[in-house]
Amino acid sequence: MDDFGVYLLHQILAGLKTTISLFVACAVTGNILALPVGMARISERRWLRYPAIAFILGFRGTPLLVQLYIAYFGVGQILASVPSIRYSPLWPLFRGAYIYAYFTLSLNTAAYCGEIWRGAILGVPKGQSEAGRSLGLSRARIMLSIVLPQALRIALPSIGGQNILLLKGTALAAMITVFELMAAANLVRAQTFRVYEPLLAAAVAYFLLAVVITSGFGLVERRIASRY
Amino acid sequence: MDSTSSWLTLLSFGDQGWGDELVRGACLSLGISISAYLIGLVLGLVGAVAKLSGNRVAIATASAYTTIIRSIPDILIIFLVYYTATDAFRSLMSLSGFPAEFQLNGFVAAAFSLGIVQGGYSTEVLRGAIVAVARGQSEAASALGLTRRQTFFLIILPQMFPLALPGLGNLWLVVLKESSLVSLIGFTELVLVGKMAAGATRHYLLFYASIGAVFLIMSGISTALIHLVEEKTYRTWRHG
Amino acid sequence: MKKMAIVLSAIVATLGLARSSLAADDVIRFGVAAEPYAPFSVKDASGKWQGWEIDLMDAVCEHMKAKCEIVDIAWDGIIPALLEKKFDVIWSSMSITDERKKVIDFTDKYYYSPNVLVGARADTRAFDVSKPETFQGTAVAAQNASLQATYLQQKFAGVVDLKIYPTLDDEVADLLAGRVDLMAAAGIQIQDFLKKPEGQAYEVKVTLPHEQMFGYGDGGGVRKEDTALRDRLNEAIKAVRASGEYDTITKRYFDFDIYGD
Repeated sequence: MDDFGVYLLHQILAGLKTTISLFVACAVTGNILALPVGMARISERRWLRYPAIAFILGFRGTPLLVQLYIAYFGVGQILASVPSIRYSPLWPLFRGAYIYAYFTLSLNTAAYCGEIWRGAILGVPKGQSEAGRSLGLSRARIMLSIVLPQALRIALPSIGGQNILLLKGTALAAMITVFELMAAANLVRAQTFRVYEPLLAAAVAYFLLAVVITSGFGLVERRIASRY
Repeated sequence: MDSTSSWLTLLSFGDQGWGDELVRGACLSLGISISAYLIGLVLGLVGAVAKLSGNRVAIATASAYTTIIRSIPDILIIFLVYYTATDAFRSLMSLSGFPAEFQLNGFVAAAFSLGIVQGGYSTEVLRGAIVAVARGQSEAASALGLTRRQTFFLIILPQMFPLALPGLGNLWLVVLKESSLVSLIGFTELVLVGKMAAGATRHYLLFYASIGAVFLIMSGISTALIHLVEEKTYRTWRHG
Repeated sequence: MKKMAIVLSAIVATLGLARSSLAADDVIRFGVAAEPYAPFSVKDASGKWQGWEIDLMDAVCEHMKAKCEIVDIAWDGIIPALLEKKFDVIWSSMSITDERKKVIDFTDKYYYSPNVLVGARADTRAFDVSKPETFQGTAVAAQNASLQATYLQQKFAGVVDLKIYPTLDDEVADLLAGRVDLMAAAGIQIQDFLKKPEGQAYEVKVTLPHEQMFGYGDGGGVRKEDTALRDRLNEAIKAVRASGEYDTITKRYFDFDIYGD
């Protein structure tokens, strides 16, 4: 392999590591947060429902790129001028862009998946919870043992799709200086003036990652389906 | 009080403020979104028909198209199309004997790049809707002696429309936000205008939040309009 | 099949504006990086491009008797966009280097700028370019596709935490926020920032040595096959310099000569 190839591979692998770590971290956080968000969204208590609606509206109504800019260049700048953060031991964490990408992508995923959960929970036939009530089960029990597992089956394909969108979203973190796969491709593209090769190499890497993630979700779907 | 008035000045219309530039950028965003949406619909229709055609080559091509669009970041596809496609397209044209000396102006190139991404998403929405139109419809049509093309345009397409409406509405909301990506190839729509304003004045949060607000407004209006269209369509459409 | 051909050609015709050779159609499109780069090129609040480089472009176009349009483009895609014929001339403070000459051609230089690293006055570390260890542990900002980024990557990889930004003003934003210790920039351009109130607390820490990779000054970029255009531009640049217009323009923005020797 020639010089260019080695350079390209080296950068791509470095970027790939960050993409994977960012994706996993955001997927875990985002998906865990999604359920409470979804439940708050359909809660009867207004103090839960209104903030949830605002949260989901905010993240679903604006582009991810703008959210990242607001987080890093907007909020991040303000945080950097707060002395208690600037001179705290946590500063190295807030200095870099990774944490802002992490928060933005996680909250973004939580908002979209929360909406998916809402649709899924509402999609479970009402008869199910009515049957549970007639059996004398508490509302919490009904939710946990009857509604949620069925909602999960309904939601899973869409949640899988949303996680792929999360993978694609990590590519935008390059615009706030996170050195992930897209940034690596951009760097090689700029340094070597070759456009096709770096972009195609990154495309292959993303494709492989997407295949892995989709298969993973497919596996989970099948295992859950087999329960019934 | 002083800082609020300076914010208002920055956002105002006229020469001193960036307000009119933001609005101009928003109009460009809308323009790009509409163009890309329409291009995406055309590509989606072609893709959906290809997937349902039974022709193995067509199915394979269409599947490859949608799989690629769905697994690769949109910005990467836009870069590939914008920075290399005109060249590839030109060599394709010269190979097939067409005149190769043409130029796509910036707007068209950006809309096309975005439209190709939209086409990938549209294919699945339209395919689902076409399939949902009762099978009996096409059988009845062929019994009446209509050609396949007539069946498609006169029977299937009109009935597919209401079924596809939620998906189509969603696609519009998606393209509205995706248009922000063309700012990364230097096309001066809303996000890039805001970014340049923020960079020139160093009021980052103000301008980025303003851009976010404009997008919220556009999404909100779009959602309301989509609901309106859905209500009107379902009222006049009787399920067979 | 014939129908398809007709439809296709109709699409092609409606899609684009057919542009024949440049001599016949005297609109020359200049590609400018879509970011504020004061005082060379900035978009003001009314959406007009202003700046030294814009004034020079107007003067050059007057001499060439051509109509000039500005096309916005992202900096890190400016060379591919030129090759893709999205515009005809790169006019965005691009340095003439041997590396770039492999891909595109350049006009004569129209100004020269050294490359520098800027940091906070309060930062008292003694940075020495010949001793990379003095930079250990610093975070340095550089713009993607810039020469400074290439330089830092080659000489200081592993020693500094190099952060790559899409535009220069993003670098400045992070320098002001304290998220990077040093910022790579063009020496002449960054004076504009240092003179402003928010730039008072910063200064040039290091002037990067004049290496061969930094090239021979900034000039306009053209495609290799556009030799006629390049010659026209060179003639015009010479004329603008000879007539004193160059100095008039420069005096509007700088109090020293930026042409270099």
